[in-house]
Amino acid sequence: MIKVTELSKKYGDTTVLNIALMEISKGQSFGLVGNNGAGKTTFFNLVLDLINPTTGNVTNHEIQVNKSEEWKPFTSSFIDESFLIGYLTPEEYFYFIGELRGMNKADIDAFLVQFEEIFNDEILKKRKYLRDLSKGNQKKVGIIAALIGRPEVIVLDEPFANLDPTTQIRLKKLLKDLTVTTNATLLISSHDLGHVTDVCNRIVVLDKGEIVKDLITSAETLQELEAYFSV
Amino acid sequence: MAFLALYFMLTFLALGISLFPILEKQFPDSDPLILLNGFLFYWFLADLLMRFFLQKLPVMNIKPLLVLPIKRGNILHYVLGKSAVSFFNFLPLFAFIPFGIMLILEEYGTTTAMVWMILMVIFTLTINYLNIIIESRSAETELSFLPIVLIASALFALNYFEIVSFSTLLANGINAIDVNPILILIPLAILGVVYYLNYAFLMKKLYVDGSLKAKTKIASTSDMTWTRRFGTIAPFLQLDLKLLWRNKRPRSSIFILIIGLAYGLFFYPNPIYQGLEWLYVFVGIFVTGIFIINFGQFIPAWDSGYYKLLMSQNIRYKEYLNSKYSLMVMSSIIMFVLSIPYVYFGWKILLVHFAAMIYNVGVNTYIILLAGSFNRKKIDLTQRAAFNYQGTGAVQWLVGFPLLFVPVGLFFAPYKLIGFEAGVAFLIILGAIGVVFHQKLMNFIVTKYLNSKYKMISAFEQDN
Repeated sequence: MIKVTELSKKYGDTTVLNIALMEISKGQSFGLVGNNGAGKTTFFNLVLDLINPTTGNVTNHEIQVNKSEEWKPFTSSFIDESFLIGYLTPEEYFYFIGELRGMNKADIDAFLVQFEEIFNDEILKKRKYLRDLSKGNQKKVGIIAALIGRPEVIVLDEPFANLDPTTQIRLKKLLKDLTVTTNATLLISSHDLGHVTDVCNRIVVLDKGEIVKDLITSAETLQELEAYFSV
Repeated sequence: MAFLALYFMLTFLALGISLFPILEKQFPDSDPLILLNGFLFYWFLADLLMRFFLQKLPVMNIKPLLVLPIKRGNILHYVLGKSAVSFFNFLPLFAFIPFGIMLILEEYGTTTAMVWMILMVIFTLTINYLNIIIESRSAETELSFLPIVLIASALFALNYFEIVSFSTLLANGINAIDVNPILILIPLAILGVVYYLNYAFLMKKLYVDGSLKAKTKIASTSDMTWTRRFGTIAPFLQLDLKLLWRNKRPRSSIFILIIGLAYGLFFYPNPIYQGLEWLYVFVGIFVTGIFIINFGQFIPAWDSGYYKLLMSQNIRYKEYLNSKYSLMVMSSIIMFVLSIPYVYFGWKILLVHFAAMIYNVGVNTYIILLAGSFNRKKIDLTQRAAFNYQGTGAVQWLVGFPLLFVPVGLFFAPYKLIGFEAGVAFLIILGAIGVVFHQKLMNFIVTKYLNSKYKMISAFEQDN
């Protein structure tokens, strides 16, 4: 479980994130929505200790992320292309991440079989470096790599962006199944209200760094979100 | 970069000012202008070669212009025009203009001097556009520098063995123009033709699936199972080796090993340096440490493109840095072994090289890793290699000097006070201390890196 206390991030005089208290329980699929500049990526960067909070802290399974690195073995993420290593092939990248998470080549090969559908014959055995793949295919590699090694916390920033419609639908199913079968905590953000209500059982709306809505997903959630954003 | 540009400018200026008096003094019987014209062929050949390796093709930046309401022709004129004001075209002026002024002062007549200077500008621009053609033609192949080297050597050979004496032909042409300025129209026409060829050639490629398209290479993979024996650092070692081999820029630090190895040949065969034992230290540190300096000074910027991944994945910093350390140690040992033939010039050289290797392994590697924690400049791995100073900050320049000169000083004191063996022993002892305290030193370096973690992440996100 993830606990956020008095967390804020300021750049100069501008506050880009300010969350007094928030808890994300184990196994929850947590969706973050908000317009550009709402602070979604900032929040994820703070959870992953990629930026330093101005005040407050984030704890991940009782470990304060900027004090200890012990959260890393059970947390995985894909924020943007800078999580990919351009001069590796997709296979090499998966093997590399596998090594870091204690899985050998055979484990990874077995693990990748289940994603054949999502890869759609465009990723594996193509003898191409990651830097030469299309944006959508790069994203697929990054997301699948974030699932390697049975992580307990998975952070994905805009997983649906750049993906083709078929893959979006397949990914939704994959993420929904994931939280059920592994009890992993899933943190995603999206600009697609439909997708996020489909996948997540809790949705938080950010505006200029502040939480403006915190909803448990129900049949009316999508309407409520659409009403909120239609200004 | 500015530092280097200034250096070249001053060198050329000095050349331009001193050339006339030198030629006059050395060859009192000949006319310095005619003498110089005879050498211009070599100058232009060198200019062409230098441009090929250093000057960047201007084509890649025009993609955003294509969709704007601008005629394609104008885009090309803009791009080609822009290349005319490149630094590489101004540099020769620093030599040509002072020489031209000398011509006026030496009473060659203002017309002759002016014509000569204009002619040099025309030639320089012709070379500029010629280079763009050659470069864009050969950019698609892997050994892209091979054609230009072949062409240049062929021209040189033809000239040298006087099969076709280009230098005489060129000199005669220039002399003729100096006498009869109207003939300047001929080189001007040549410049026009080369420009037009460029224009026509680029016009065909001005589509996003033409030259603007990023090239995709067939990936070659290998298991590198031999790295397994290095235990926990194996995955990082594999990554580093792939980094070195698959990216243009770091790959150049492999090729530079050859230069480093040959460096001793500048000094050792020369009788002037015989007996200068402290110089062996300098060469020894250079030969066994060239990879450490060249590769090491850009740690961790080599990984700047995916630094966030490394910082959020299940990675211990120490393993990551240990892999870099091992790579540098291996390079040092390999370079020492390869430099053993220098024993031909004296056993002392071998001994000093050995001491230099130990010193590099035990001292310099740690210094360079520590300096890396101050690294705040990102490196774009896809940029081409030679003289690309992206990722170089003041710290990186400064770090090279102590690495090379401090050991010379450390050797010098005991060498003067006690003797040669004492100097060598001192370097070996210092290196050995470093190796013994490896764990402690690494822990210290790791804390330095951890302390600057956020700064590095945000710096590597900026485009510089």
